[in-house]
Amino acid sequence: MIPAAFDYVRASSVDEALRLLNESDDAKVIAGGQSLIPLLKFRLSSPSTLVDIGGIRELAGISRDGDGWRIGGLTTYRALLDHAELCAAYPLLGDAINDIGDLQVRNKGTVGGAIAHADPALDFPAVGLALDAEVLIRGADGERSTPLDGFFDGAFSTGLGAGELVVGIRIPDLPAGAGTAWSSLSQAASGYSLAGVAAVVGDGHVRVAVAGVGEMPYRATAVEEALAGGADAATAAAHATEGQAVASDIHADAEYRSALAEIQVRRALERAMGG
Amino acid sequence: MTQNLAINVNGVAHSLEVEPRRLLVQLLREDLSLTGTHIGCDTSQCGACTVLVDGDAVKSCTMLALQADGAAVTTIEGMAKDGELHPLQAGFWEKHGLQCGFCTPGMIMTAADLLSRNPDPSDDEIRHAIEGNFCRCTGYQNIVAAIREAARITAAGGSVALPIDDGGDALPPATGDAEAAPAGPVAEERGEDLTESTR
Amino acid sequence: MAVTTPHGASLKRKEDPRFITGAGNFLDDIKLSGMTYASILRSPYAHARIRGIDTSAAATMPGVVAVFTGRDMENDLNPLPCAWAAGGASGGEVGGVTNNLNTPRALALDDVKWTGEGVAVVIAETLEQAVDAREAVDVDWEPLPTVVDAEKATEEGAPQLHENAPNNVAVTWSVGDPDGTASAIDRAEVVIRQRLVNQRLIPNPIDARGAIGRWDPGGDDYTIWMTSQTPHIMRLLLSAFVFGVPEHKIRCISPDVGGAFGTKIFCYPEWALVAWASKRLGGRPVKWYETRSENYQATTHGRDHITHIEVGATKAGEVTGLRVKTYANLGGRLSTIGPGIPTTLYGRLLSGPYKIPNVFCEVVGTYTNTVFVDAYRGAGRPEATYVLERAMDLVADETGVDPVEVRRRNFLPPDAFPHKNVSGLYRSWNGVELAIDSGNYEPALDRALEMVGYADFDTKRREAADRGRYLGIGLSTYIEMCGVAPSKWIGVVGEGWGAAMWESANIRIHLTGKVVLTIGTASHGQGHETTMAQIVAEGLGVPVEDVLVEHSDTSGTPFGYGTYGSRSAAVGGMAAYTAVEKIKEKAKRLAAHMLEASPEDMEYADGGARVKGSPDKVKTIAEVALAAHVGYDLPAGMEPYLDETAYYDAPDCTWPFGTHIAVVEVDKETGKVDLVRYVAVDDVGNKINQLIVAGQIHGGIAQGVGQALWEGAVYDDDGQLLSGSMMDYAVPRASWFPELELDETVTPSPINALGVKGVGEAGTIASTPAVVNAVVDALSPLGIRHVDMPLTPQRVWRAMRDARANGGSTNGSANRSSSGEVRS
Repeated sequence: MIPAAFDYVRASSVDEALRLLNESDDAKVIAGGQSLIPLLKFRLSSPSTLVDIGGIRELAGISRDGDGWRIGGLTTYRALLDHAELCAAYPLLGDAINDIGDLQVRNKGTVGGAIAHADPALDFPAVGLALDAEVLIRGADGERSTPLDGFFDGAFSTGLGAGELVVGIRIPDLPAGAGTAWSSLSQAASGYSLAGVAAVVGDGHVRVAVAGVGEMPYRATAVEEALAGGADAATAAAHATEGQAVASDIHADAEYRSALAEIQVRRALERAMGG
Repeated sequence: MTQNLAINVNGVAHSLEVEPRRLLVQLLREDLSLTGTHIGCDTSQCGACTVLVDGDAVKSCTMLALQADGAAVTTIEGMAKDGELHPLQAGFWEKHGLQCGFCTPGMIMTAADLLSRNPDPSDDEIRHAIEGNFCRCTGYQNIVAAIREAARITAAGGSVALPIDDGGDALPPATGDAEAAPAGPVAEERGEDLTESTR
Repeated sequence: MAVTTPHGASLKRKEDPRFITGAGNFLDDIKLSGMTYASILRSPYAHARIRGIDTSAAATMPGVVAVFTGRDMENDLNPLPCAWAAGGASGGEVGGVTNNLNTPRALALDDVKWTGEGVAVVIAETLEQAVDAREAVDVDWEPLPTVVDAEKATEEGAPQLHENAPNNVAVTWSVGDPDGTASAIDRAEVVIRQRLVNQRLIPNPIDARGAIGRWDPGGDDYTIWMTSQTPHIMRLLLSAFVFGVPEHKIRCISPDVGGAFGTKIFCYPEWALVAWASKRLGGRPVKWYETRSENYQATTHGRDHITHIEVGATKAGEVTGLRVKTYANLGGRLSTIGPGIPTTLYGRLLSGPYKIPNVFCEVVGTYTNTVFVDAYRGAGRPEATYVLERAMDLVADETGVDPVEVRRRNFLPPDAFPHKNVSGLYRSWNGVELAIDSGNYEPALDRALEMVGYADFDTKRREAADRGRYLGIGLSTYIEMCGVAPSKWIGVVGEGWGAAMWESANIRIHLTGKVVLTIGTASHGQGHETTMAQIVAEGLGVPVEDVLVEHSDTSGTPFGYGTYGSRSAAVGGMAAYTAVEKIKEKAKRLAAHMLEASPEDMEYADGGARVKGSPDKVKTIAEVALAAHVGYDLPAGMEPYLDETAYYDAPDCTWPFGTHIAVVEVDKETGKVDLVRYVAVDDVGNKINQLIVAGQIHGGIAQGVGQALWEGAVYDDDGQLLSGSMMDYAVPRASWFPELELDETVTPSPINALGVKGVGEAGTIASTPAVVNAVVDALSPLGIRHVDMPLTPQRVWRAMRDARANGGSTNGSANRSSSGEVRS
């Protein structure tokens, strides 16, 4: 309940945040804090310094960016839900985010936080994977972007370098006529997905991303390939956990979770395809 | 090692020295003696600690006090104004929306956020909105009724007396006529009830 | 003799203003001058010897005032008492735990028996400092083998927890007729055997448990603020058994308590610890308030029965014999009344609303390396009702008789009351007999069936199937035994509860005419400040707002037995009623004197005492109270003041009953269960306050449904609590419930003048089997006849998968027709 002691600094700009991060070996960024603060309270994380980026204006905001959308890292789940145009452009977004946490968590939890924190249990990264999101990163050498697909190394570990900050994500427009769907069954206590699937299906375009099943959220590429090769949703879904070490806990062992993943993949595909 | 914090709580400005690890809920309960906000869990789930920060419902156990520097916070103690209950408080009382009362402040603050954005929610929308507020006593049924009643009171009488989201100003009074938004305690009203019930 | 009282009003509660404005006074809100904060170091092992504890590093950390271990208090504090030794075994012997008693100490001494047992306490100026320093306490542990399963703990070779409890057996107990039951089952046309698990639950009141102890050097006495349902009992147990001091040396105060559901009845280590520590600190108060995760390891769990049933029945579905063997997990050490729950409150209820002619129940209460288990909402009656209602549905399944029809054929008829179960289930070993005093079960059943549209169910089933769902409907026809309890039955010479169970009420009317009721119950969400005021207000004819209800402080108040067991209305309310009657008697006598009338000519009505037939010759209660206070002219021999105390000992328990019906949909693929409708028809007798009664039923149902579908405390074989926080223990949320549909029948209790029975636990007792029966019904096309709780998606999926793999046999298990037709 009581975190271990730490120092706290507030950054007013990205550059300042980067500088503060570089000054300490053991600093962590805090944005919404909805994932980090629970870890601090159980002393599972004990950084020496927290760098609060919550007030950095340039990290907020949703804007058109060519043929896509740029979503600032500080964008909360609530802000996403409130953005009618964005939700209309990506129908699965509203469904998936309404499943995340609860009203209070959605008020504070941020997109950037979900990506940078890389908690394998989170849903949002799977949504990002299905939408071909790119992670926007700023470091000493300036801004770079990297596909979200491949950004996670493992639980709580990303390709973010020391002295780098996630500043947002960019998601390209969907191919015309593509359908989307989110289908999930949650673990009752935590609300995290036992198997949550984000699907985008269009002409020659398939993205299927899975949360809660593997060690990290993943693109079910075998499913995508099967579908692209003409398989129907059910046949393609049989590949739902191919190549994955399926997670197991008291709520869903690997056998059930695998079965569930297949069901959710199939359902997501059917809805994305059928409209 | 403490740091300075400037925070507005229920319309009153405070300047305090706090440890960085101090949670907002501890600041409210212990440093400001506003014990109406409660702690019910340690995994940021039960919502008993919910307050409004710049108008948004937030779990104050999952926010550092320093993160609220410069913010305007509203707690349950700030909902009634000049002896007039907020429609949500009136609704909870009217509809027996509380038993032990421990989850109630957090429940009311979340409902305040809901009603500020959706003044006429369906029961499903209400239940979805309070997923982050656990009650073990009521089975939620009368809580939903209470929030519905608050929406009705507000619709009958005018705008929701929603606390500030920009810091510093006094709360606007709960508008609405006396019937719709009963002030409390209301001895006359209860006397009437008793008369009907004991004959 | 029953007095007709009108149905209680839906009066808004008097206590609400402080709660809706954040002005409640809960334990963790209390700040005392000089207060220190305690953080308890708890065992990470489920079973271990303590070789040594090094507190030296912790003691020097910033802000630390003291660090204590069990050794420091060994000579000052006795082990906690077990106050219910589970007497009353049939056959005349005192059963129970007399020789196998093992209870906790304020801090463990030489060993720990469950993960979370407290071994050291750090006390500091701030909570942060206490928590920081707690991490510096170093314990030298010797881990020992563990056992967590109640049945496996009794097997040869299981790790032995206590030397005095071979095979980890704490209590053996039985009730009923073993031979008659064996014979009935042997001869039965149909016999069903089933293993049922009533899984361990963590009650999770949102206000956790805590205490502040303060020793006063002036009087060498203690005040303990505690989140307790039983402050007077705590004072008694702590003073007499733990501290060994006279009773007046300890004052117990329960402030506002945010829910309890039984967990706050008991005498806990921390109650003694904070008081003792305060004395060691020279009188500085010591506060301890558990975190939620700590609550999961330091506060009692509920249920945890493994039960084997054998049911004998006729082909027409009439049960002829029920044989039950239950292994009841009591945890690593005994909680205050742990042994009483799976015995008296369970076994004696195993005929329910039915006329089952032969019942035999054997209970083995066992020690395991888990948190202690004790009463949790319903306390034994949910476990009994689960056995009965599953049994009835299994009989329906086996015989092909509709489950509704099975109930009808087995119900006790309305003329069967008062009913003493033929195998003496309600007789304690010293011969005191209880009777189920009243009951009329079919109207409630009929009403529930009508509300849910039982007759149209097949149509709904087909429609759900088109949506990929199995629709199921499940019944629970229950009785409950509450309003506990007649002292001569429950007490140490009877069922073995260590004292009595009457209730006290004191009424004083001030010279202003305002009334103060001091009640011995301990409201923690039940609204006694309103309901008790209503009883007094109605009786005296004064406004409800002129009656102040006080409770939960042992200083200067009559002893009260607290709030649990749905007893506050039937026992506490009757104590208040009785005190009112005494006040009225004195008022009549004084008014007669004031009016120069004869006392025999007086009546009390409409808020005053008046001469019969001359309503203008009246003195209001306020006038009488003034006269009684000033004492200028009292009749000879009359003492001043209107101040009457009543102690009410209930002549019997009370017997609510009803029918609950749950409707569920099961996702055919994922196994997820949704509760889509819930109907409850309950008979709780007269109601003091309609709103409050409905609220209790809502809340009770939610908890019972929680057990059926979502909740379960899970230990691994090493005794680690895998469901260690709300992240893994599913406390139900608002969006998981439909609107609950309530109705009632009203059969006033014949044993008390208010006609009330009690309602706090009925919802929980009824609902769990209603939901399980519904899910099993939904799955019956697959030939599934039982699935253990909680019915999580994984569990249901696996049952479906296994059933489909076995060909989904219809072995008497095709969907039952809702029309009551018998299928072969």
